[in-house]
Amino acid sequence: MTYTTVASPSVYAGSPKRGPITRLLEDERWLAMTLLLPTVALLGLFIAYPFIEGVRLAVTDAKVGIPGHFVGLQNFEKIWNDDIFHVAVWNTCVYTAVATVFKLVLGLWLALLLNHNFKGKAFTRAFILLPFIIPTVLSTLAWKWMFDPTFSVINWMLFRLGLIHSRINWLGDPNLALISVIIVNVWRGLPFYAISLLAGLQTISPELHEAAAIDGARAWQRFRHVTWPLLLPVTLVIVLFSVIQTFADFQLVYVLTGGGPANATQLFATYAYQLGIGTGLLSEGATISLAVFPVLLLVVIVQLLYIRRVETH
Amino acid sequence: MAEVHIQSLNKKFDEVHAVKDVNLGINDKEFMVLVGPSGCGKTTTLRMVAGLESITSGRILIDDKVINNLPPMDRDIAMVFQNYALYPHMSVYDNMAFGLKMRKFDRADIAKRVQDAAEILGIQELLKRKPRQLSGGQRQRVALGRAIVRHPQVFLFDEPLSNLDAKLRVQMRVELKKLHDRLGTTAIYVTHDQVEAMTLGDRVVVMKDGLVQQVGEPLELYNEPANLFVAGFLGSPAMNFAPVQISETNGALWAGSEGMRIKVPAEIAGRLGRHVRSDVTMGIRPEDLHVASAADPAELGFDAVIEVIEKLGSEILLDVAIGPHTMVASVDPGIRVNVHDCVRLVLNPERLHFFDARSEAVI
Amino acid sequence: MVEGALWRRWVFFYIPLTAFVVSLLFPFYWMMVTTVRPDSELYRPWNAPNYAPFWTTHPTLVHIRDLLTETLFSTWMLNTMIISIAATAISLFCGLLAGYALSRLKFPFAGSLGTVIFITYLVPQTLLFIPLADIIRNFRLGDTPWALILTYPTFLIPFCTWLMMGYFKSIPKELEECARIDGATRWKAMVYIIFPIAVPGILSAGIFAFTLSWNEFLYALVFLSSPEQKTVPVGVTSELIRGDVFYWGELMAGALLGSIPVAFVYSFFVEHYVASLTGSVKG
Repeated sequence: MTYTTVASPSVYAGSPKRGPITRLLEDERWLAMTLLLPTVALLGLFIAYPFIEGVRLAVTDAKVGIPGHFVGLQNFEKIWNDDIFHVAVWNTCVYTAVATVFKLVLGLWLALLLNHNFKGKAFTRAFILLPFIIPTVLSTLAWKWMFDPTFSVINWMLFRLGLIHSRINWLGDPNLALISVIIVNVWRGLPFYAISLLAGLQTISPELHEAAAIDGARAWQRFRHVTWPLLLPVTLVIVLFSVIQTFADFQLVYVLTGGGPANATQLFATYAYQLGIGTGLLSEGATISLAVFPVLLLVVIVQLLYIRRVETH
Repeated sequence: MAEVHIQSLNKKFDEVHAVKDVNLGINDKEFMVLVGPSGCGKTTTLRMVAGLESITSGRILIDDKVINNLPPMDRDIAMVFQNYALYPHMSVYDNMAFGLKMRKFDRADIAKRVQDAAEILGIQELLKRKPRQLSGGQRQRVALGRAIVRHPQVFLFDEPLSNLDAKLRVQMRVELKKLHDRLGTTAIYVTHDQVEAMTLGDRVVVMKDGLVQQVGEPLELYNEPANLFVAGFLGSPAMNFAPVQISETNGALWAGSEGMRIKVPAEIAGRLGRHVRSDVTMGIRPEDLHVASAADPAELGFDAVIEVIEKLGSEILLDVAIGPHTMVASVDPGIRVNVHDCVRLVLNPERLHFFDARSEAVI
Repeated sequence: MVEGALWRRWVFFYIPLTAFVVSLLFPFYWMMVTTVRPDSELYRPWNAPNYAPFWTTHPTLVHIRDLLTETLFSTWMLNTMIISIAATAISLFCGLLAGYALSRLKFPFAGSLGTVIFITYLVPQTLLFIPLADIIRNFRLGDTPWALILTYPTFLIPFCTWLMMGYFKSIPKELEECARIDGATRWKAMVYIIFPIAVPGILSAGIFAFTLSWNEFLYALVFLSSPEQKTVPVGVTSELIRGDVFYWGELMAGALLGSIPVAFVYSFFVEHYVASLTGSVKG
């Protein structure tokens, strides 16, 4: 059989009758645009637009009900010289740093414990996540009750164990308040770290540990040289997420102390709320909110760079 | 009628020129095989016929209609994929009925077509099962069934047998051939396996690096390869190649290299005239070498040292060394030789090939 | 099984594990106990001799009853339910479509758009709530459920998109190609073939989105003012405190009942939830 050439050029075949929309959506690019439209619209309207508005507010002197005039960087100057702002910055940094360290260490420990097989493992794992699942505000209320100066059950336990004789004013004592708040944050975030790190641990093949054990490594060394390096990528992602969330935390402190006593637990978010919504000083509140942005940007950039590096491996 | 014409087809992925100016014509009812190593452009060409890749330049026609701008759903083709692409959430019946549903066939029609196809392929009892409950061979049949029910103009196959184990592959090859004989639909089949190409194709296209190397019937390509690549690609064990120098002595041409000197047969000598005193590549297939007997002419033979003996039962493969060259000879299974023996091998002069050393084209 | 001598197992495994579990779950136990304790027992100072906090001899449903009859709690539950379901639905819809486009279609700027959506996930509500309050007021959505139904997707969609992208990437592209050759348009191939296969992912994303919506506090606090409009988190923390007096019985009852829907959904779909958590982290 030989090839028969086509002599006459030819008619371009047409599709059977299809509506214009069908034809449009057959094109990969138009389809993509249509599919992305709702998302882009929503995010544009309720994230991009407010962000720009926030920047605009920060450079005016708007208050509730009073549209403001452009005042340049006056607000930024104000907060720079604001003592409470300094305290808030300090508190937020300490809060984030300490809580993150504890969450990581305790979360890792719990993950290592959960990485064994034992009866009731599935149940345990399910229950462990509860602090993370249950609405933060509601569980924080329980903690507030547990910390209550007069009725605290924790005080009762410590008293019965003979460890204290006078009450501990967890939330009312300016020296203790930040610690108490950190405790609750660690309690709330620990399960997230544990479960995520557990997932990471489970991707490490047990053969690696066995090989290390045969090579003579003991438990701690196995951890340091086999487990930890392989866990590092997951850990970094978790920590970066968590740092952003913790830095911008609001609910916990709002419910427990409202920022007090005497600004001992004032954070960025609670201070912004207090100024912007509480006292109606919109522009100044917006400025404080915006002050979080540089940190956020730094964290995002670090994370993106890291992800890019991992992907090119 | 369903002829497929591929005219000056080109495909570029960013900077990679995957398909270079391919011209092919596939006749109605023909089973055309595209074969070549991975990356040669055969799958890309197939996908352009299917409409899954855009065409950079050139035209594809079915009969006399250019289908460049048609989406896959309007081309009236069916495709069988390497990993079957069965819809996992649907039963076998629904998998096969999907295409017909999309084209708004009514339920009675669909039922009939699916039943017919299932009978042809012997999968009637599987209709209610889900793909994950099927073996590899069964999934393959369902994939075939899905293509058959549509009664398309052209079948496209993208390495459909590659995922099957060796024994099943041989079995399915035979069944595919029978299927094609029965249905008579034009088919384009892509594979990297030259055995499939030889056994299944009415005609075969060998491709390399985006270019068509040769088109023709399987035996034509086997016996008269157009270039070094085609010669070495088809046939197993592959053709032996040796770089030789052509020299003239007493009016006759000789091909020589270290350890051997072969007299070029008269029929080929004419074509080799221009290559005297230059380098060419000589090619001879393993089955065209045999152990010399007294009757064989001396100028068609050479001495070789046996390095490995492979006993296959139906034949014996001798891996031999001639000077710095190695060759494989497929000899009679009754031969008694030992490793490190020196044997004299004789080639069949009618089956000798010469290739230009630079262009690799056959001389 | 845990290896080693019995004492090792206890010291290094059982005791720490128990300590973790107890401390993580104790507040919930405390919530439950407080809910059913009568007021007389509740308000005994911590160092009073007859303080017996871990159980009660006279369990009562008074607090729950008061919660449901004397406060707007049931209204808050309804509000939160509606808002969470609606926000989840919107986010799933957007996330499904966007995830498909970003993971299975080729178009210019696909990569950058994906990155942008990922970044919006990281923008915390505390950065946006003040200007958003203004915008909500301008759109006249203040003090309506719509204020939340439309703003919650801002942190739900990126997550849903991301999760769905992960799911879609694991589905071989031959399936759509085959569907398109079979006669389906791109749209039909997406809806009839890809989406059904991705149902487990949709489920995971939906559950996570539901929990996140239920949990949200700041926007609800800022955008809603009248008591009838509030959600459970806001209502419980603001309305159950009269003057300076905390009605702990009702508060804990509210906290408990307010947590039940989420715990309920969670219990049915633990595997999915954990999958979406870990999936989001592994990226």
